[in-house]
Amino acid sequence: MEYFAQQLINGLTLGSIYGLIAIGYTMVYGIIGMINFAHGEVFMIGAFIALIAFLAVTATGIAFVPLILLIMLATSMIFTAAYGWTVERLAYRPLRGSFRLAPLISAIGMSIFLQNYVQLLQGARVKTLQPIISGGVVLMEDDGFTVVLSYMQMLIVGLTLALMVAFWMMIERSSFGRSQRACEQDRTMAGLLGVDVDRTISLTFVTGAGLAAIAGMMFLLYYGVIDFFIGFLAGLKAFTAAVLGGIGSLPGAMLGGLLIGLIEAFWAGYFTTEYKDVAAFAILVLVLIFRPTGLLGRPEVEKV
Amino acid sequence: MLKSISIAAAAVFLAGAAHADITIATAGPMTGQYASFGAQMKAGAEAAVRDINAAGGVMGQMLKLEVGDDACDPKQAVAVANQMVNKGVVFMAGHFCSGSSIPASAVYSEEGIIQISPASTNPKLTDEGGPGTFRVCGRDDQQGQVAGEFLAKMYAGKNVAVVHDKTAYGKGLADATLANLEKAGGKVALYEAYTAGEKDYSALVTKLKQNKIDALYVGGYHTEAGLIVRQMRDQGLATQLISGDALVTQEYWSITGDAGEGTLMTFSPDPRKNPIAAPLVEKFRAEGIEPEGYVLYTYGAVQAWAQAVTKAGSTDFDGVVKALKSNQFSTVLGDFGFDAKGDVTAPGYVFYEWSKGNYDYLK
Repeated sequence: MEYFAQQLINGLTLGSIYGLIAIGYTMVYGIIGMINFAHGEVFMIGAFIALIAFLAVTATGIAFVPLILLIMLATSMIFTAAYGWTVERLAYRPLRGSFRLAPLISAIGMSIFLQNYVQLLQGARVKTLQPIISGGVVLMEDDGFTVVLSYMQMLIVGLTLALMVAFWMMIERSSFGRSQRACEQDRTMAGLLGVDVDRTISLTFVTGAGLAAIAGMMFLLYYGVIDFFIGFLAGLKAFTAAVLGGIGSLPGAMLGGLLIGLIEAFWAGYFTTEYKDVAAFAILVLVLIFRPTGLLGRPEVEKV
Repeated sequence: MLKSISIAAAAVFLAGAAHADITIATAGPMTGQYASFGAQMKAGAEAAVRDINAAGGVMGQMLKLEVGDDACDPKQAVAVANQMVNKGVVFMAGHFCSGSSIPASAVYSEEGIIQISPASTNPKLTDEGGPGTFRVCGRDDQQGQVAGEFLAKMYAGKNVAVVHDKTAYGKGLADATLANLEKAGGKVALYEAYTAGEKDYSALVTKLKQNKIDALYVGGYHTEAGLIVRQMRDQGLATQLISGDALVTQEYWSITGDAGEGTLMTFSPDPRKNPIAAPLVEKFRAEGIEPEGYVLYTYGAVQAWAQAVTKAGSTDFDGVVKALKSNQFSTVLGDFGFDAKGDVTAPGYVFYEWSKGNYDYLK
């Protein structure tokens, strides 16, 4: 029981990070029907900017931890959002009227570009950060086995839940959410009815990048090690999560992320660490065989 | 057509005439997560070439250094090896990862290039390599023996786990340690593998906690071992971490912070402590480079090759191989020779302990 609880905590934390990144994939797919393969790299840039902000802030002598975190978060979100906006403006918008595969190839190119860009600018070595938030609470104890929930894990899961709720509200209630849903249904019609389609798509990229920045910062704080390559694997897992949950569906992305995290933790915990990635992808294949649209995805209606 | 051939021939002739230098190379992970080791090798090789050239070169010819980046990827290592062939390299002081050195050594053997690895410890490198394959570091069967016997002695009756990263180096070392531990009468409670580059070890750590593991042996590199120890301490686990020679970089401490306190590792005797290396160590420090880990090993590999060439009187493959195998060399690593396989005849492995950001012999 205690063992199960600890693995559950491990899986939920990992899954929350995947879920936050997955939202970026699913929103972009929902609105323009394209997989933004550069999103993993946007997440990586978010982590780097958070680290740079941390170094800059501590250099000024500020030692109050919540303030440091807040500055890191704000800086990382603003700059990463700018990257998200730029990527869309330069690599995707000119190709929007082109054939379907063109923006996809452009996205892959963008992903390689961003990776090399960070590698050249920041160097190829790993960057490290000593724990800022350490410690935790012991939830259960049995025969020497303690179930520890660290403050960092609380922060990750809590923040993710809060962001999910806020996001859900934004899509359902705000005027931006309304135009987003309108563009998702029919871009041409939405345009005719006075929705600024370009602006809506730009804002979608900006918000997706903002969430990726938060995920990047959490990753940095939780693991303490980042390099220019982290976006690849995290992006792949998050993309898988988005597909598992049903691409285009917001709750689906979160559910998919949590499921991938839990599958990895439990497979590693009860079977072997060696094949946890295999397990996650095998379950994805199984789900897609029986539910091709993913767990919460709606079947796509072919518009005539 | 004929004209272009003659122009090409003339170009080759001119290049050959103008190019009296001897080209040698080093290759390792200059990028990627093990890049700190690539930097060590580059620093060592550059310093060796500079010092040898300052002293008049090898047989009056200047050395020129090429640096290859294999990112510790076996496929890229073969590509780098072929590039080096095209550049006319006669000697390779590399690579770093065993998984890179082994496939690359096939290319070097075929092309008659001498290879002296400063760091690849997997036994297969010299066991299966050609006559021109050497190394100045120890072997994992020696390293595994030291580690296995230590575990059996210090953790008799306690729970020991062995994990590896599935690479030629990591798995080879973990298996050698496991075999020696079992031979000495010990047994392991848990044997697992992880994927190199992985960041999340929380599930593995929880498993260690469940199995009440007292000592964890990691066959892998510092980035992963550092994350494992950090996540163990996060989950309140006091398990002792023991690993091999891939932890000899300051970057290990920058990942673990205080969580790395007390980590044990095996490595060859620290060449920085050799009196003969003292002036060189001073010189490195003056330039702001700490000659840790494999810096001096790469330096020593280049020195051994240069001395062998001088003895052989040419850079000809067969002559240099014979000179390498039949002579003693005096280098910053001390005096050593090579046995018939190409392994170094120098003292094997000792235990080190990480403490307060530095590693030193285990007392």
